[in-house]
Amino acid sequence: MQITVKLYLTFRLGRFANQVLACPPDATASHLAQRLGIPDTEIGLILINTHQAELEQHLVEGDTIALFPIVGGG
Amino acid sequence: MDNRGALRSFLSERAVDCVLAWADQADAMHRFQVSCADTEEAALEAGILPARYRRNQRMISTAQQLTLFRSTVAVVGCGGLGGFVIEELARLGVGHLVAIDPDTFEEHNLNRQIFSSPATLGRNKALVAREHIAAIHPGVEVAPLQAAFSREQAADMLTGVSVVVDALDSVPDRVALSEACEALQLPLVHGAIAGWYGYVATMLPGDRTLQHIYSRVTSRRGIEAQLGNPAFTPAVVASLEVAEVCKILLGVGSLLRHQLLCVNLLDMEIENIRL
Repeated sequence: MQITVKLYLTFRLGRFANQVLACPPDATASHLAQRLGIPDTEIGLILINTHQAELEQHLVEGDTIALFPIVGGG
Repeated sequence: MDNRGALRSFLSERAVDCVLAWADQADAMHRFQVSCADTEEAALEAGILPARYRRNQRMISTAQQLTLFRSTVAVVGCGGLGGFVIEELARLGVGHLVAIDPDTFEEHNLNRQIFSSPATLGRNKALVAREHIAAIHPGVEVAPLQAAFSREQAADMLTGVSVVVDALDSVPDRVALSEACEALQLPLVHGAIAGWYGYVATMLPGDRTLQHIYSRVTSRRGIEAQLGNPAFTPAVVASLEVAEVCKILLGVGSLLRHQLLCVNLLDMEIENIRL
């Protein structure tokens, strides 16, 4: 299935900002992150179709997933 | 005529087109043996604008300036974000600040923390903030708390506060702060920075934005551990936080509620992420 992936801040480095990727039908947010080489522990916010989602959420055809890193400095 | 009445009369006489020069304000302090804050409040109550605020005037009325002056804002953290937040709030005219930080200035703060200098190394950040603001705006009261924010102390630390600003440097501390503000029914303006990047969000009681965002995060720190922080990123994020505070205090404009403002200075993108 085709999934639109939007990466923010440091997740873009060495990857992309916005791309459509082909994913297996049972893919989850976690699988996708793993495939992109993004450790689960580094992910701050996950949005699937603009709604907050968890790592285990399954993706469906045409979904847009956005991944944001944790920013904690001050 | 009592002293207050005499003070008001004096200020009214000295004001030109309802603007009071600093020299006259200082003269009033001396003649009536009152504090700068007293003259500030008396002037604003009488519809007279201390001249320092003239460049606020077109967007902030004298009555609104009085509202700001009577407000108390807590800034949790007096480092990179906190320094800029505190200075901007004081220059804006917020009359009471609670500056919370247990740390002392270290050499590596010099690249971005505006109250840091070789002269202030080793000194507590909240205390230095108070001194710095006293020099810029003697009418603003800064109550320094040389302690780490904790949920247990939150009620005491935030007594009398109208708005809280997040200028912390850890994720768990921020979650604790947002829980405390929720319990105390206080608005919280969140800000976080790392390298070229930052986030800003505003939570009114009940919004629980930070708790939702960080519900599954166990790390203490984020990408700032790899990227550090340059001078401009805290300045940008702090300024966005101060704009939010100003709007909360005055009840104007649109707030970053149920949103995360994602700041990317490397690609020059600022995107409003609806949550």
